[in-house]
Amino acid sequence: MKKLFKKTPLNKQIPLLLLIVCTISAPLLVVLSSWFTPVDDIFIHLFKTGLPEVLINTFWLLLGVAIGTLLLGVSLAWLTTTFEFPGRSVFDWAMILPLAIPTYVLAFVSISLFDRIGPIQGLLRAQGSDLVLPPIRSTGGVILVMTLALYPYVYLFARNGFQTQGTRATEVARSLGQSSWHTFFQVTLPMGGPMIAAGVMLVLMETLADFGAVSIFNYDTFTTTIYKAWFSMFSLSTAAKFSSFLVLLVFILVMAEQAVRQRRRYTTAERQPAPTVRTILTGKRCYAASAYCGLILLFAFIIPVIQLLRGASADWGQHFDARYLGFLSRSLLLSALATLLVTASALLLVYAERSAHSFKPNLLVRFATLGYALPGTILAVGGMILVTFIDHQLKNRLGLTTVITGTLLAMMLGYLSRFMILAYNPIDSAMHRVTPHMGEAARSLGATPFMILSKIQMPLVRGGIFAGSLLVFVDVMKEMPITLMTRPFGWDTLAVRIFQFTSEGEWNHAALPALTLVILGFIPVILLTRQPVFKG
Amino acid sequence: MRLRTIFISKKMVALGILVVGLFLSRPVVAKDAVAEAVEIVVYSSRMEQLIKPVFDAYTKETGVKIKFITDKEGPLLQRLLSEGEQSPADLFITVDAGMLWKAAEEKVFKPVSSPVLQANIPAHLRDSGHRWFGLSVRARTIVFNTKKVDLKELSTYEALGDPQWKKRVCLRTSKKVYNQSLIATMIATMGAEKTEKVVRSWMANLATDVFPDDTEVMKAILAGICDVGIVNSYYYGRLAGENPNLPLALFWPNQGDRGVHVNISGAGVVRHAKHEKEAVRLLEWLSSEKAQSLFADVNLEYPANPKVAPHPTVAAWGTFKQDTINVDIAGKLQIEAVKLMDRVGYK
Repeated sequence: MKKLFKKTPLNKQIPLLLLIVCTISAPLLVVLSSWFTPVDDIFIHLFKTGLPEVLINTFWLLLGVAIGTLLLGVSLAWLTTTFEFPGRSVFDWAMILPLAIPTYVLAFVSISLFDRIGPIQGLLRAQGSDLVLPPIRSTGGVILVMTLALYPYVYLFARNGFQTQGTRATEVARSLGQSSWHTFFQVTLPMGGPMIAAGVMLVLMETLADFGAVSIFNYDTFTTTIYKAWFSMFSLSTAAKFSSFLVLLVFILVMAEQAVRQRRRYTTAERQPAPTVRTILTGKRCYAASAYCGLILLFAFIIPVIQLLRGASADWGQHFDARYLGFLSRSLLLSALATLLVTASALLLVYAERSAHSFKPNLLVRFATLGYALPGTILAVGGMILVTFIDHQLKNRLGLTTVITGTLLAMMLGYLSRFMILAYNPIDSAMHRVTPHMGEAARSLGATPFMILSKIQMPLVRGGIFAGSLLVFVDVMKEMPITLMTRPFGWDTLAVRIFQFTSEGEWNHAALPALTLVILGFIPVILLTRQPVFKG
Repeated sequence: MRLRTIFISKKMVALGILVVGLFLSRPVVAKDAVAEAVEIVVYSSRMEQLIKPVFDAYTKETGVKIKFITDKEGPLLQRLLSEGEQSPADLFITVDAGMLWKAAEEKVFKPVSSPVLQANIPAHLRDSGHRWFGLSVRARTIVFNTKKVDLKELSTYEALGDPQWKKRVCLRTSKKVYNQSLIATMIATMGAEKTEKVVRSWMANLATDVFPDDTEVMKAILAGICDVGIVNSYYYGRLAGENPNLPLALFWPNQGDRGVHVNISGAGVVRHAKHEKEAVRLLEWLSSEKAQSLFADVNLEYPANPKVAPHPTVAAWGTFKQDTINVDIAGKLQIEAVKLMDRVGYK
C-alpha cells in the first residue's frame, strides 16, 4: 500500500482538483438546479412560439461565424507564418488587435456606418448613385461583424499551431515537389487542426453567449430568448432552464471537438521549432497578401477605432476628469486580478488532471469550463446566489454578518466560471507537448512533483500560459454583465461606464470609455508579442 | 533552486495582489464599523449621469451622503432578492413601472405612508399599496416627418394601422419595455382582441424591420425610409437638441379618448433598508418641487409632480392629456402584452 502510494504521490491532487472544479462549476450548477422548479407557462409559451425561428437563427449564426473565423483566422495565420510580404512583420501582431474591441462596439459602429440611415449610404444617395449596399441588418451582416470581431481567437491559435509544428514536415512536402497550396492542405492544416479546432470552439461559445451585438442587430438568438424570459416576462427560472440547453449543446460540441483532437494527434520530434524560413512572395501575390491583411485590419480595427476617436474627441473636455483614472485603474486591476486567478486555477487544473492517474476527471473538468458559452448575467446570478448563501449560512451558524456579500468574491467566481476555458485550452494544448516520460525521468532522479511542475512543465507550457493570460485579460476588460451585477460599490470600470451611456441610447458618449478600453487592450497584446514564445 | 524561489515569489506576489484586491473592495466595512455619518444606499437602473446630479444636490443641501450602484432592472432586482436581509440597499430606483410592480410582487419594498408623497405624486403614478412612487414621467408618443405628413393625417396610436400608412411606419423592437407597457395599457382599455388587431395592422404597415432603439427610428424617418414612428419624447428632445432644424415633430395622440401613454421612472424603499427613515426623507425630497425639476430636466422628461413645470424645451412641445390608468397595469399585463406581440410577429 505504501509502495503504491509512493508510486502515485500525486493522488493528493484529487481534493484540490475537486475543489477547483466545484468552485468553477458552482454557477453552472445553480443554472442546472432551475429544473428543480416546475416548468411555468412562460417556458411553454417561448418553447411554442419563438423557438423554431430562434434555433434556426442561432444555427446559421454559429455556422456562419465558425466558417468565417475559420477562413479568416487560418488564412491570416498561414500567410503571416509561412510567407514573407510587405508589412508581414506588422500584420503578424496587428491582426490580433481586433481582440481588444468589444463585439457590441464593432456591431454598433458597423451599423451606424453602413446601415441605410448611415452616412455612407446617405452619401451614395446624395451622389445620385444607384449603388445600394446589401443590408447590414441581416443574417449576413451579423455573421460578418461577429466574424471580424472574433477571428483573432482562431488566428492566435492557428498561428501558434503552425509555428510550433516545426518546419520539417512542410520542408519534406515541398522537397517532394508539392506546391504551397498542397503543402498547406495536406500537411500544415491537418497538423494545426487540433489548435484550430480549439480556437473555433472558443468562437462558437462566445457567439452563443453574445447578447450585446445580436441585440444591436435585433437578431433573435437563443440568448435573446433567455433574456426575454427574464427581463420581459419576469421568469428567471425559465431563463435558467433555457441556459441549461446551452450548457448541454456546448458540452456536446466540446466532447466532439475533443474526440477529433484525440483521433488526430500529431507530435513532432522537434523540441525547439527551427527558425522558420519563409517563402518570399513576389509580384502580384505579395501585394495581394498585404492587401488582404490590410483590408481585414481596416474593417475589423482601423475604421472602428477612427469612429471611436471621432466620438471621443468631441467628448474629451466634457467627460475626461479625475474619475476617469479610477475607471481605468479599476479595469486594469480587475483584469489583472482575474487573469492571475483564472490562469493559476487553469494551470492547477491541467496539472492536477494530468497527475491524478487513478482517477479520470476529464468529464468534470470539461463541464467546469463550459461557462464561456453562457450569458454573463446568468453566471453572475449563480455566483451571487452562492456567495449570499454562504453568508446566510455564516450568519445562521456562526453569527457573523455579511462577511463576503459585497466583496469581489462573487465577481471573481463569475469570472472564473466564465473565462476558465480561455486559459485552460491553451495550457492544456501546450501540456500535450510535454511527454509523460520527462516527468517520470525527473521523478526517478528524485525531483518532487512541485519541482517537476516548476522546472520542467512550467517552462514548456509558458507559451500556453501567455496566450491564455492574454485572452483572459482582454476578455475580462471587455466583460460587462458580470461586472455590472456583482461589482461592489465604487467599482465602476470602463465597461460599466460604456453601459451607463449605451443603456440610455447615448452611444456618442460611450466612445471615450470604449476607446480607452481598446487602448488598454493593446498592452497585453504588445507584451505578448515581445515574448520569444510568440515570435517563434 | 533559484527557479523554485522565483516561482514561489511569483506565487506570493499573486496571492498578495489577490488579498489586497479583496480587501480593497471592502472599505465599506471599516466605515460602517465607525458609523459616524449615515449613508443612504441606492440601487438604481436610472443611470449615473441622470441621478448623480440630483444626489449631489441632496448631499449639498442636507449633508447626507448617498452611495449608489447602477445596472439593468432585472439583475438589480435579482441582486436585491438574493441578498435578502443582508442587502445594504435602502432605495430601489427603476426606469419602468412594470419592474416596480414586479419588485413589489416579490415583496422587495416596504410600504411608505407619507402624506408628502401622496400629495406630490398623482395617484395613477404610484402604487395603491404605497410601496413605490413615480418620480418622472416618460411619454411615449408619435413622431413624424413634417415635410411628408399632414397633421390632419394623425389621430391615435391605433390609426397608424390604417391603410394610408402602408410602408410608412417605423417601430422599435417589442423587446423594449416601453413598447410592452404601451401594449399593456391598450389591452387594459381596448381588450386583448382589439389590441391584437391593431398591432397586426401596424405590422402590415411597417416600412422596414423594427429598430433596436428610438433614436434609430427617428433617423430612419429623417432618411426617408418611413414617415411616422412611436418614440419616447426625451429621445426626440436629445436629437432635436443636437440639430434644431430637423424636419421632425412630436404629435400627441388619443387626445379625444384615453390620452398619451406614459411610463415612469420611480422608486420604493427596500424592505430590509438599514436607513429607512433617511430613505423615506430622500424619496419625499425627490418628489418635492425643487428636486423634481432637477430629476426630470436632466433627461428632458416630465416631472411626476404636477405642480412642477417641465423644462422650457419640453414645454415647447405643447401640453397634452396623459393616460391616467394606473401605471402598474404595465407590470400586471406585461407578460400578456409580450405574448400578444409574439403572436402577431412583432419582433
